[in-house]
Amino acid sequence: MSQAQITESQVTHLPVAGQVGRLAQSLMAMALGLLIVGVVGFSHIDVIHNAAHDVRHSNAFPCH
Amino acid sequence: MSTFRAIVFSSVVAGFIVGLVVTAAQQFGTVPLILKAEVYEKAAEHRHDAAAAPQIILVHDHAEQAPGAQAWEPRDGLERNLYTAGANILTAIGFALLLGGFLSLRSGATGVRPSWHEGLMWGLAGFAVFTIAPALGLPPELPGVPVAPLLSRQIWWVIAVAATAAGLGLIVFRRSIPAAIAGVVLIMLPHLIGAPELEHIETNVPSSLSHQFVVAVTVTSLIFWSLLGSLTSAAFAWFDRPASTIRA
Repeated sequence: MSQAQITESQVTHLPVAGQVGRLAQSLMAMALGLLIVGVVGFSHIDVIHNAAHDVRHSNAFPCH
Repeated sequence: MSTFRAIVFSSVVAGFIVGLVVTAAQQFGTVPLILKAEVYEKAAEHRHDAAAAPQIILVHDHAEQAPGAQAWEPRDGLERNLYTAGANILTAIGFALLLGGFLSLRSGATGVRPSWHEGLMWGLAGFAVFTIAPALGLPPELPGVPVAPLLSRQIWWVIAVAATAAGLGLIVFRRSIPAAIAGVVLIMLPHLIGAPELEHIETNVPSSLSHQFVVAVTVTSLIFWSLLGSLTSAAFAWFDRPASTIRA
C-alpha cells in the first residue's frame, strides 16, 4: 500500500466531521472580521477616531 | 482549525495588499478633498469660538470638551497618512475575514474551491451592501458639514447594511418569487424609514466639493471591494487546498 493510498482513505473520512467544523470556523472568522471593522470604523474612543479619521470619511462610515 | 487558519491567512495577505493600494488611491481621491474641507471646518470653528454657540452639531466639534482636553491625534503629513494606511489595512483584513467566511461556507456546501471570479462577485456584493446601500441614506460626508447625532447615524447604517445583506441573500440563494419579493422589500425598508438627518444644514463647505467627495468615495470603494473579493478568494483557494496536493 503506497503512501498516497493511505492519505486518500484518510481524506474520505474527513468531510463528515470537517463540515460542522467548517461552519463554526467560518462564523468565528466572520465575527472576528466584524469586530475589527467595528473597532476601526465605529469606536467612539477619541484616539481611535482620530487615528482612523480619514479612513472613516473615505469609507463613508458615520463620523462625528 | 485548518479552515479558520486558511481564512485568517488569506485575509491578512489580501488585506495588506488592498489596504496599501487603497491608501494610495485615497491620496488622489478622497484625502485631498478631506484636507480642503478641513480648511472650511477650521474657519467655522474659529467663528464658532468667537460667537455664541449655535445649536448645531458640527462634524468634529470639540466644543463640548474642556479646554486643553483635546485627545491625541496624528500630526498632519506622514504620521497621519501612516495611521490612515494602518486603518485601511485593518479595515481590509476585517472585511476580508467576512468575505473569507462566506467563501468557505460556499465551498463547503458546493465542494468547489472558490475562483478569483467568484470572489469578485462577493466583493461586488460587499460594495452594494457596505457602500451603496448606506450611502443612499447617509451620503459620504466631508468634515465641516453638520450632521445628525453620531449614534443614530451608526444605528441606521448598521440596519441598512444588515437589511441589504439579508435581502440580497434571499434573492440570490432562495430562488423563489416570495423570497425575491421579501428580499426587495427588505432592501427598501431602511430607506422608507429614512436615515437620521438635520432639518437645517448650514455649511461653508462648497456643494461641488461634497459632490466630488461622493464620487471619490464610491470609486475608491469599488477598487477596494473588487480587489479585496478577488484576492481573498484566490488566496483562500490556495491556503485551503486539500492536504493531498501539498508537497512535503
